[in-house]
Amino acid sequence: MPVPPSSAAQPAQLWPPQNGVTVDVETLRGLAERMLVTRVLDTEAVRWQRQGILPAFPPAIGQEAAQVGSAMALDRARDMAFITYRDHGVVVGLDSDLTDYMGSHLALWNGGFADPNKVRHSPLQAVVGATALHAMGWAYAQKLDGTGGAAIAYFGDGASSQGDVHEAMNFAAVSKSPVVFFVQNNGWSLSTPLDLQVAGGSVAARASGYSMPSMRIDGDDVGEVYAATQIALEHAREHGPVVIEAFTYRRGPHATSDDPSRYRSLEEERALGPDPIDVARQLVADEAWWAEAEQRAEQAVDAVRVQMQSPRTIDGNDMFDYVFQEKTPQLVKQQEQWREETDLD
Amino acid sequence: MTEQLSTQKAINTALREILADDAKSLVFGEDVGKLGGVFRVTDGLQTEFGAHRVIDTPLAESGILGMAAGLAMAGHRPIPEVQFDGFAYPAMNQIISQIARTNYRSRGATPMQMVLRIPSYGGIRAPELHGESIEATLAHVPGLKVVSPSNPHQAYHLLRRAHEMPDPVMFMEPKSRYWNRGDVDFENPGDLEGSLVAREGEDLTIIAWGAMVARSLEVAELAAEDDVSIEVVDARWLKPLDEDGLVASVAKTGRAVIVHEAPRTAGLGAEIGQLLTERLWGKLEAPVERVTGYDVPTPAGDLEDEYIPSIDRILFGVQRSLEY
Ligand SMILES: Cc1ncc(C[n+]2csc(CCOP(=O)(O)OP(=O)(O)O)c2C)c(N)n1
Ligand SMILES: [Mg+2]
Repeated sequence: MPVPPSSAAQPAQLWPPQNGVTVDVETLRGLAERMLVTRVLDTEAVRWQRQGILPAFPPAIGQEAAQVGSAMALDRARDMAFITYRDHGVVVGLDSDLTDYMGSHLALWNGGFADPNKVRHSPLQAVVGATALHAMGWAYAQKLDGTGGAAIAYFGDGASSQGDVHEAMNFAAVSKSPVVFFVQNNGWSLSTPLDLQVAGGSVAARASGYSMPSMRIDGDDVGEVYAATQIALEHAREHGPVVIEAFTYRRGPHATSDDPSRYRSLEEERALGPDPIDVARQLVADEAWWAEAEQRAEQAVDAVRVQMQSPRTIDGNDMFDYVFQEKTPQLVKQQEQWREETDLD
Repeated sequence: MTEQLSTQKAINTALREILADDAKSLVFGEDVGKLGGVFRVTDGLQTEFGAHRVIDTPLAESGILGMAAGLAMAGHRPIPEVQFDGFAYPAMNQIISQIARTNYRSRGATPMQMVLRIPSYGGIRAPELHGESIEATLAHVPGLKVVSPSNPHQAYHLLRRAHEMPDPVMFMEPKSRYWNRGDVDFENPGDLEGSLVAREGEDLTIIAWGAMVARSLEVAELAAEDDVSIEVVDARWLKPLDEDGLVASVAKTGRAVIVHEAPRTAGLGAEIGQLLTERLWGKLEAPVERVTGYDVPTPAGDLEDEYIPSIDRILFGVQRSLEY
């Protein structure tokens, strides 16, 4: 059979925008303030892990601009974020309660304590890549319901190798569902470098294979991330999925249990570009405000520490009570037996 | 109103009514739209309800189930299909790690109300991975419910019931019985919880589900000619198992033969056998017997009859129990 002409439409060129990017001062301050909270939370959380308060922690240090910038572009009345274990900046960016969120890292409850419908983000997802499919299904529902809402799926360069990410991109493109696939390309998937994960080094390059537009952006410039995500969301609402690849760097270890010296050198870490926090500081360009914002961030995170330490206990009954909406008789019996055998008073 | 329908048509009718009654329901999977599914179970639904609610998805099972999870998070009540039992395997990541635990993870805030339809079990000479019996695999997963109808009436009513349930239900359709007809009484569903005595008897209980119920009824008929009175219990709900119902029957007869197509080791026969031993210790007349598939990959069609419990093999099981 003769080769048919390719019907793949040339995906729209969304980035950079023709008129450049301007983000007003108020917005920049809001972004910068939450980036500071994220940085302080990360720095403190690593300390809390060393003190034995947290069993483990995956810091997001270096990815604050990518996370906060994209999250703040969401419309909280109708959008939803699907997050992973390293997306604290998204949680901060959505002003979601940090103590509820930290319940997950504290090993109190898989997924923490927040109601996704209220805080507009999913519980943190431990299976890399799964966020992409949930975002796609959720987005399809918005289309059916005509809410105008869009989903944003967060995942990493490593996760981009998962079949689920490909299935999600393909489904979303075919069904023109309003979803933004937000890849934080931080150069590493645990110990595996980008060149062993993604041939050519760009996840966004795959988007054209699904006939969808993509945007490759500086993930360390919060203004750029915010503006790009807004453009992507508007496109998604009207026309369907978009891939944003935010180039950034995982400045810390994969998690507190990790030893990066086994796979990357200090020279490499030192050769990085500017810290996204410093970029934000220059964008805000108001040192007096900055000093105050730093203080507020310290205070906010300190409040989280205090709340986390006032012992929040988890009731063992919860282990049984949330498996189903309607518990099975077998589970009722197991729960009764658990109660009898652990109630030693 | 009572109507003679095939199981395939009964499920089709239930789906049509669900789509009509519940604006949040949707049906999707591979080839379920225009074609009406490889077994025509979804025939005509796309024409009636539109391609946005009866969706021909790309060919990707994890995607189908992950999409279902996302839809359920948004408050929809999806009814996805995997085309054949063996193709639930590529979707296990989403079924086990996501759908089964999203209610738990979100502390009940985002229930996974959905019914996954799985044309199941062997008996139609299909190629590899088109005749798997995965009920034990699914029943083992915390957070899932599993049901398997055995006839058109059960198929219609259990599907409607499953759709109303707030938890994810794995709906295992006996594909070899799709074309068998039977009365569907639309107004009188009967009790839809737990197991069902499909035939009463005194001497021995056969516990079966799916396509093995009809076969066990044939066995009971043959045994009756030899004055052996067999009770056949259609387990129906494989998770949760109807412990009281199964125990009540075996308490009466004192003997149990469990029949399933799935491999024996760690199959549901073991679970039910343990239940009966635990609850009826000292009251059983014989050890619980199992007549099952073997611990081999479901064989190609030519060997299918060697693998799936036959009438003769079930009769041997009955005999072993009676002669113990
Ligand atoms: C399906 C799956 N396989 C393996 C893991 C273990 N794991 C957790 S994070 C990770 C690396 C992920 O890298 P990337 O997607 O780039 O995200 P990053 O950690 O850089 O934020 C691995 C292998 C997992 N969580 N899920
Ligand atoms: Mg990475």
